[in-house]
Amino acid sequence: MIGLGHYLAVAAVLFTIGVLGIFLNRRNIILMLMAIELILLSVNINLVAFSAYLGDLTGQVFAMFVLTVAAAEAAIGLAILVIFFRRRGSIAVDDVNRMKG
Amino acid sequence: MTYNFAAILPELILVFGEPVLMLTASTMGARATRLTTWGTVALLLAATLAALFTTEPGTAGPLFGGLMSADPFAVYGKVLIYLSGAVAIIAADRWFGDDVLHGPEYPVLILLATVGMSVMVSATNLVTLYVGLELNSLAAYILASYRRTDARSAEAGLKYFVLGGLASGILLYGISLVYGFTATTDFSGIAVAFGRDEPLGIGLLFGLVFTMAGLAFKISAVPFHMWTPDVYEGAPTPVTTFFASAPKIAAVLLAARVCFEAMGPAVDAWRQIVVFAALASIFLGAIAAYGQTNIKRLLAYSSINNIGFVLIGLAAGTPAGASAMLFYMAIYTVMTLGAFLVVLSLKNAQGEPLEAIADLKGLSQTRPGMAAALAIFMFSLAGIPPLFGFWPKLLVFNAAVEAGLVALAVAGIVGTVVGAFYYLKVIKIMYFDEREQELATSCGPLEPIFIAIFALIVSPLGYLLIGPLGDWSATAAGALF
Repeated sequence: MIGLGHYLAVAAVLFTIGVLGIFLNRRNIILMLMAIELILLSVNINLVAFSAYLGDLTGQVFAMFVLTVAAAEAAIGLAILVIFFRRRGSIAVDDVNRMKG
Repeated sequence: MTYNFAAILPELILVFGEPVLMLTASTMGARATRLTTWGTVALLLAATLAALFTTEPGTAGPLFGGLMSADPFAVYGKVLIYLSGAVAIIAADRWFGDDVLHGPEYPVLILLATVGMSVMVSATNLVTLYVGLELNSLAAYILASYRRTDARSAEAGLKYFVLGGLASGILLYGISLVYGFTATTDFSGIAVAFGRDEPLGIGLLFGLVFTMAGLAFKISAVPFHMWTPDVYEGAPTPVTTFFASAPKIAAVLLAARVCFEAMGPAVDAWRQIVVFAALASIFLGAIAAYGQTNIKRLLAYSSINNIGFVLIGLAAGTPAGASAMLFYMAIYTVMTLGAFLVVLSLKNAQGEPLEAIADLKGLSQTRPGMAAALAIFMFSLAGIPPLFGFWPKLLVFNAAVEAGLVALAVAGIVGTVVGAFYYLKVIKIMYFDEREQELATSCGPLEPIFIAIFALIVSPLGYLLIGPLGDWSATAAGALF
């Protein structure tokens, strides 16, 4: 029987993969955007699992908001990535280094 | 369920004014930028008046089934946010000049961000909190990368976006745990659940820690400050002016509301986090500022340092502490806007903006007025009496001592002394170094007036404000308890 704990465990694993994906990835900024998406989706699993467990609709409504905002966020992120690529000709993480200190 | 639309009049003015302005601007051609600039300033002033005068005591309760509240606390935040947004829009008008990249979008984006921020300060539900925060953040990411042909601006936008997205994710994960273990997203309901569990269960504890980490990122408290210097340096200076003022106010007020209204009964759990973040911010902000050569980076570390002092007020966990932190935010906004307005007006002989601290050499000979104003703001940010920046620091230390956090207050005072050094360095460069290049200043007719007003507020004359501003911040803080 799959219970609340299983869903929370999956969400926790996805969240950890997402956070590590941002910090360990040194190659490509697109991967960072995917990692952020992964974090948001892990949150959605949490919210929907809690919502079903508690018999309370708020969690599912919240998940809808998160999905919508995540779509807007991805659009803006890609747009910023495009203007960055136009200036630098690269989307490698190591090239985001104009400013330090 | 009650739908009291009069109570959200400020937000309605902004939300309905924005598309009207944008549509009109699309038919105006070259004059569109001017139209949206002054149109948004007018909207922000109207919203300020609406926030101040239409909110009757009766409307202060929960609105829309407890999603929002237009209590005095929210009104305090909104007034500060709208006014600093208006200053950031006016300052940009002359700074961008005839730059082809500057279009009617800039004021509109700031307007959208201010709507998000006013939702943040009014939120009494986790869903509203998240939507307000994202409305603000999404507009802010675009603003940071606004000069799209400038590699530093694009990089600032990218860094802000990735780290901001991560912070939102961490905050949301915390929120989902809080929701799961309290079965509600309503702040008052969460407070009941936090009061019931003593000691806190592991789920709630994790939720609290993740939520606090996400909020710490938004107020750029150490150890989640790493984006601040890069974004402040890379973003165009008017945008930095905005970032240093309004979003800071909104995030600090949001953190205060979450801590006091939602997690109030768990004060001992979040106090440890806040105390750590406060001390780390004060010392790192002071020490890392030493080697900086860019004035915007220096002011970024200054804002990290100041947020540390604000957090001391939060750590006190008392009405006096909350009132002290509100007072601090008002004065901090004035000081920081003033300092940035002076930086905005610095140009070299070719009319290019100057950002290096070394460029300030001999400013006192060429522009004595600007130099004097910047010196006042720097002394005030350092908290040196008799300037007014000293008073809010005294208030937060006082609140911490009254709450029994004597060690925290003492460490904070030591941090003030450490931090004073780099502010004094800027003043030394302005007043005692020989000038190397021709300095020009260029700003619109309103900026010197703003600088003069802000300088007057932080001068010893500002102490006249202690009465009214103190009463107002105490009333606002009282709404949380």
